[in-house]
Amino acid sequence: MDTDQQQVAFDALIASDGRVEPRDWMPEGYRKTLIRQIAQHAHSEIIGMQPEGNWITRAPSLRRKAILLAKVQDEAGHGLYLYSAAETLGMSREEMLDLLHAGRQRYSSIFNYPTPTWADVAAIGWLVDGAAITNQVPLTRCSYGPYARAMIRICKEESFHQRQGFESQLQLSNGTPEQHAMAQDAIDRWWWPSLMMFGPPDDDSPNSAQSTAWGIKRFSNDELRQRFVDICVPQAQTLGLTLPDPDLCWNAERGHYDYGVIDWTEFQQVLKGNGPCNRQRIATRRQAHSDGAWVREAAAAYAAKKQAAGATVPVAA
Amino acid sequence: MTSPVSEQPGAAPANADVAAYAIRLGDDALILSHRLSEWTAHAPQIEEDLALANIALDLLGQARTLLAYGGAFSGRSEDDLAYLREERQFTNLQLTEIENGDFAVTMIRQLLFSCYQHELYRDLESSTDAQLAAIAAKAVKEVSYHVEHASTWVLRLGDGTELSHDRTQAALDAVWPYSHELFVDDELVRRMADSGVGPLPSVLRPAWLGAVQDVLTEATLVLPDDDWQPSGGRNGLHTEGFGYLLAEMQHLHRSHPGAQW
Amino acid sequence: MSTPNSPLWEVFVRPSRGTNHVHVGSIHAADATLALQNARDLYTRRGEGVSIWVVRSSDVTASSPEEKDSFFEPSADKPYRHPTFYTIPDGVEHL
Repeated sequence: MDTDQQQVAFDALIASDGRVEPRDWMPEGYRKTLIRQIAQHAHSEIIGMQPEGNWITRAPSLRRKAILLAKVQDEAGHGLYLYSAAETLGMSREEMLDLLHAGRQRYSSIFNYPTPTWADVAAIGWLVDGAAITNQVPLTRCSYGPYARAMIRICKEESFHQRQGFESQLQLSNGTPEQHAMAQDAIDRWWWPSLMMFGPPDDDSPNSAQSTAWGIKRFSNDELRQRFVDICVPQAQTLGLTLPDPDLCWNAERGHYDYGVIDWTEFQQVLKGNGPCNRQRIATRRQAHSDGAWVREAAAAYAAKKQAAGATVPVAA
Repeated sequence: MTSPVSEQPGAAPANADVAAYAIRLGDDALILSHRLSEWTAHAPQIEEDLALANIALDLLGQARTLLAYGGAFSGRSEDDLAYLREERQFTNLQLTEIENGDFAVTMIRQLLFSCYQHELYRDLESSTDAQLAAIAAKAVKEVSYHVEHASTWVLRLGDGTELSHDRTQAALDAVWPYSHELFVDDELVRRMADSGVGPLPSVLRPAWLGAVQDVLTEATLVLPDDDWQPSGGRNGLHTEGFGYLLAEMQHLHRSHPGAQW
Repeated sequence: MSTPNSPLWEVFVRPSRGTNHVHVGSIHAADATLALQNARDLYTRRGEGVSIWVVRSSDVTASSPEEKDSFFEPSADKPYRHPTFYTIPDGVEHL
């Protein structure tokens, strides 16, 4: 088949809501878009371990410590699922990590905010994971098979992340006055950045149309953002906490909550590297990677030695 | 994260000795779990972030059941024991509290400790104390994997590159002295042995040494001399770094007396 | 600080006794032992499996999508390989 015929076959597959698999022909733009998006998603999981990992050694009960450790561990796992999906498109994980360390591939800006209090862990679980899940559920139907399958696995595992965050937030809200204040303070700081996680408004999101045409994106940024707001308002009422937006109110005509104006200047600043923690997050990641180089080299050297000596491995059964 | 064993109704130790013994073992698991969890987001590769967190979670689970059981005798919860005791009241072995150092120190410490815990729990499976026997029977499976994981890495680090060999030998030299405390018999463990609750630690050493030596030899590492033998953990005497570990672990809980989390 | 490539392994998990090993994804590891351990920690944290295979990705030979027609279409027009192809009178049992 020549390229034109391949393009026709690809378009027909997408039009019939079929799934593209790794060895299929695909347009270069589709491949590049997916690599960029999946790598960014994977990096977000890995960098996302830092703000919450910050509290593992200080968790205020052993039960919370176990939950948090399991959750941060899941994030490492989710990063690996996603790198695995991206690798099927022809870019190695090593290359993606090098691009992350060099600042040439992105991760979600939300992880550039700090976690000064324990309530931030709860707020991340409830709001940040809540926003992530809203974004991710449609991706389980993404046109690229390996990405969609990774997302199914991730969404299944992440449902506990958001629930533990909500439960923890509720416990704080109903706790001592200090705990309640801590919870409210965290919500005040995480609400707006969570809304920014859905990306720029639809009229300022140039790549969205193509991604939608390719079956990568199923809903627009603003649609998903609205869905998230509608979910959060009643949840905040149950929590007894106030979302920090005086313009938040029910619009009966639209059947949705109206919300205030998002500060896109802040979003752009954090995106450019000027958020509170951009530099620390990358520095920590680079440090872990370079500190571990001798360990990875040792494993490679040992494997080479054993292979040269003709070592056998157990046979599958 | 539930701890099914401790949730069995009426599970309180028969006497203060058994309670203190369970708390010792719980402290070991709690403190080593804490150290391992410090690796999160700093491991040499992402796969090891997962693996170290897994081991930390296993140990934390053991700690919770052991502390809940030990504490039940005096009406203290797992959190009372973890968060409201002072440094002198913690009875963990010093080996479990020493700082992580590099990945070689962490893996050598894990090999020495997990091989010890494996011998100990295998023996405790036939303890006259039904609760300890049940806890050990569950934990021994977890610990066999910890031994396997640590052995895999010690082999690769010891017999990998020249640099990794040197680092791992240095780690072994630094950590080895703390292994002697694992096998010190004191009055409490003698009473435990007499009543069939748990083994004399000294009895576990030959099997432990055999297992450890097999791995170290294959890893081309040389067993250090048995000269300096620090101890005191079981009497609440700890290394200087331990106070900082507790300060970090306890500060939030203590800042809000009586609060629920 | 470029990173040397560690080999990629395909991971297959048997969810329970009596079922097939199913492909679940891939993993990086320097050798087979580490690959098995990494696969265990990544793909069976929630008790998803009772047995794991790891295969070097470079050792997998795959059919090509371009050969799809010659490989798989010939079997699509042989309905007589399926039991529903045959009509059996009512009341005949054990067939």
